[in-house]
Amino acid sequence: MPARATAIAAAASPTPAATVPAEVVPFRPPVRPVLLRLRERAARVAGVVLPPLIVLGLTLLVWQILCASPKASLPAPSKVIADSWDFIVDPFYDNGGVDKGAFWHLIKSLSRVAVGYSLAAVVGVALGVLVGQSLWAMRGLDPIFQVLRTIPPLAWLPLSLAGFRDAQPSALFVIFITSIWPIIINTSVGVRNIPQDYRNVAAVIRLSWWEVFWKITLPATVPYIFTGLRIGVGLSWLAIVAAEMLIGGVGIGFFIWDAWNSSRISDIIVALVYIGIVGFLLDRLIAAVGGLISHGVSAQ
Amino acid sequence: MDKPYLKFEQVGMSFRRGEMATEVLRDVSLTIARGEFVSLIGHSGCGKSTLLNILGGLLRSTAGEVFLEGQVVDAPGPERAIVFQNHSLLPWLTVYGNVAIAVDKVFGGSGPSGKSKAERHDWVMHNLELVQMAQAKDKRPHEVSGGMKQRVGIARALAMQPKVLLMDEPFGALDALTRAHLQDSVMEIHARLGNTVMMITHDVDEAVLLSDRVVMMTNGPSATIGEVLEIDLARPRRRLELAVDPEYARCRAAVLEFLYARHRVPARAAA
Repeated sequence: MPARATAIAAAASPTPAATVPAEVVPFRPPVRPVLLRLRERAARVAGVVLPPLIVLGLTLLVWQILCASPKASLPAPSKVIADSWDFIVDPFYDNGGVDKGAFWHLIKSLSRVAVGYSLAAVVGVALGVLVGQSLWAMRGLDPIFQVLRTIPPLAWLPLSLAGFRDAQPSALFVIFITSIWPIIINTSVGVRNIPQDYRNVAAVIRLSWWEVFWKITLPATVPYIFTGLRIGVGLSWLAIVAAEMLIGGVGIGFFIWDAWNSSRISDIIVALVYIGIVGFLLDRLIAAVGGLISHGVSAQ
Repeated sequence: MDKPYLKFEQVGMSFRRGEMATEVLRDVSLTIARGEFVSLIGHSGCGKSTLLNILGGLLRSTAGEVFLEGQVVDAPGPERAIVFQNHSLLPWLTVYGNVAIAVDKVFGGSGPSGKSKAERHDWVMHNLELVQMAQAKDKRPHEVSGGMKQRVGIARALAMQPKVLLMDEPFGALDALTRAHLQDSVMEIHARLGNTVMMITHDVDEAVLLSDRVVMMTNGPSATIGEVLEIDLARPRRRLELAVDPEYARCRAAVLEFLYARHRVPARAAA
């Protein structure tokens, strides 16, 4: 680099340096190379993604080692994949009857949850508002709710089968009765916690009961309602798998029972993974909807 | 007009808790003329909020009555709109929505006070402009500052066209500069619209600056009106000029003297 060498030489000699005006160096903000920025972002993503992947890998490894012997009672991961390869790669096959791909089982279970859970949401919010708003309704209903909510989902099944004399509505009822309690309880707490300020505003502008309900009570209670709905959707997913085991037909719960009866342990393991992932997604879905609707209320 | 516009007639209030009854207010009598700006001042716990809530209809007095234009006050209503201390905006509504919910209810009917949809919109915007909040109409309460929230609270109350505007320590939660701004705004609006206003405050300067009369309350329990001070200062008032005004200083001293010499907070309450 000859140019640089002369510049240094010029600076070193005092006499010309004093007369020559300082060189104008344009300011260049340091531009980080694209590669570097990409690497930083990759590092951030890796920081989030890697730990669970490592734990998952280790778990599979330990599992593989533990169940490697041919005498092991449970299949190792490699065996699960080998056994259930068809079930994993083609979730959409339909050979009639209950011999369907995982997608159809999950959809059937989800549709049951959708019906039972929607009913529970509507009735639960309505009852929650009633209990939250009326002292007498609370005194009358709350103790009963507190007792009923501790009954395990499956304990309701024989009774509902006896009542409905049909498997389908019984399954829906079990979902309904399982998921309704947290919705009622959280809604009523939300209604009771509406700030007196909001009630005062409603009183001053003389909103009617109905207007108070729509314009004050519901919006003010939305964050509480969605807390209840989130707990409820998790419970309903727990309940449907258990209920389907008993009532049979298409559905991920019965799929597991069916696999057990034909000793397809690998299929059961795959189904468990699916159930876990779907349950997780349901929870996230309700949380996301709640976040969207209660925008502003919780951010006060 | 011989009938007073707004009248408290021997108003008393006792709260009962089991066997124990606490008398908060006793024998409060006061008349307020149309267009008058009256401040209630007193130490905390003297029942001034209770008195305002009785006028607002949120509480029912246990003795005496309040009359507004000869009518007994027994329920809340838009003709006695309240500006709450903590603004009480509904967080899920925009600034516009918070005013509109009141306007739509009060002027939405088909009665004589009914307005069309376009008229109601204009009226909401007019009131937001009055408090200089029109440009923030689409923001939500949590997106604007404390002073701006209180401006919206004032706009909501004004938009109901109340016969008397009740303000419950409206500037108590604000910093000193914002408070001064809002006080100026309230004076301006009062000068323009000539509302009758009853304001609670614990700020002596605020009371003297804004009011035609300052009503000083004795300490509770069984609080009542101790003294009423006429503020004989010409309007419009400017805080800078008033700072050296002898009449202002005299009024200020009178209120201070009442609060801190004659009706000091009892030692147990101050502790």
